[in-house]
Amino acid sequence: MTEDLDYKRDWTVHPPLIHPPYKSTLSRGPTKPLMPVRQSLLENSAPAYGNEVLGKLDADLTLNGRMNGEPLGERIIVKGRVRDEENRPVRNTLLEIWQANSAGRYIHLIDQHQAPLDPNFFGGGRTITDDDGYYEFLTIRPGAYPWGNHPNAWRPPHIHFSLFGLSFTQRLITQMYFPGDPLLDLDPIFQGTPMAARDLLISEFSIKDTKPDYALAYIFNITLRGRNATPWENQS
Amino acid sequence: MKQQSNLRKQTPSQTVGPFFAYGLTPRQYSYPFKPVMENNLVTSGVSGEHITIRGRIFDGEDIPIADALIEIWQADSFGALDHASKGQGNSAKDTIGFKGFGRCGTGSKEPGTFTFQTIKPGIIAGSSAPWISVTVFMRGLLSHVFTRIYFSDEAKKNQKDDLLSSVPADRRNTMIAERTVENNCVYYDFTIYMQGDRETVFLDV
Ligand SMILES: [Fe+3]
Repeated sequence: MTEDLDYKRDWTVHPPLIHPPYKSTLSRGPTKPLMPVRQSLLENSAPAYGNEVLGKLDADLTLNGRMNGEPLGERIIVKGRVRDEENRPVRNTLLEIWQANSAGRYIHLIDQHQAPLDPNFFGGGRTITDDDGYYEFLTIRPGAYPWGNHPNAWRPPHIHFSLFGLSFTQRLITQMYFPGDPLLDLDPIFQGTPMAARDLLISEFSIKDTKPDYALAYIFNITLRGRNATPWENQS
Repeated sequence: MKQQSNLRKQTPSQTVGPFFAYGLTPRQYSYPFKPVMENNLVTSGVSGEHITIRGRIFDGEDIPIADALIEIWQADSFGALDHASKGQGNSAKDTIGFKGFGRCGTGSKEPGTFTFQTIKPGIIAGSSAPWISVTVFMRGLLSHVFTRIYFSDEAKKNQKDDLLSSVPADRRNTMIAERTVENNCVYYDFTIYMQGDRETVFLDV
């Protein structure tokens, strides 16, 4: 396996390690150039987690946090397809999400935003993509929330996504945003993404996938880095 | 690097943010959600030398980072991987019950620290020294970074390692964990510096 066969992180789409408008990158982003390395067997493989790790309600955030009733807010379906750069579906891969409730409050203990917690909403979920790379969650549309980056800073409503893929190099943590949101233009995290790639983070409203009388639907398709065949695949 | 113009564009990375704990490391932070993976990678029957990695992580002002997420991925003691593409011709000897993947947040105990209970990996095919692959996510990092943990007691093998020998000599030790034995337990201390004179070597993986 030679170096030029490796799929590389595409730095024309990924945000830089230091993006001054997002203040904490200034003391946390590495300053020295990343060291080139030949991808090894280890980087070209990934841990296997299948349906056995899922709880029954893990993909339904409107159900998995209930204490005494329904969570408040607008029910939404979030679904899409995970593929790699070569358009191959990324099948049977673990996808984890977490988000604020409809009032913009995380259940996390250090979230001090003065917005109500919802006793019936937890905000964490997970699923496994199917054989064609498709996934689907039912959840509550998250609210915007303030943060301390600069005066009057607000994060646009978003859902955090974490994906594994089939090789270590495909690991991705990202955020899904909603179409038509005026806060996107003002958010240094979203704006840290190179201009040409920002649209890839915005979900698409789909009337077709909406469940009548029940929930609106948003499509968020995800593309992971390409993947080299492992030697095991070559042998078989 | 693949150059075809017909490739789909990779979905951009975004920061993990400060609030990942209840979604990604719930039990470590005492949230009521069953975790998929944790910082203990071993059960008692797993063969190999059982070790504890004691990690710390600092920002450019030497302040401990209390909202980072560290993940490790490694071979078992035979150098075999329990990976997602398995069942496609892999006949490598491997350890049943050892997944080789772990995850730890840096805010549940002393701020800016993380630990992993694991086994010392064997050497994977095509490599000269044993190492563990490390992924670092945090608030204030828009794209995650990779590094490696090598082992201080493998000096000879480390010298032959392609990557370590390509790193300037004065930066090599940023990827080498220091071994100590206390009360019959093996510890490796590993400190990650995001910036500064001691900045850890991060990899363009
Ligand atoms: Fe958030």
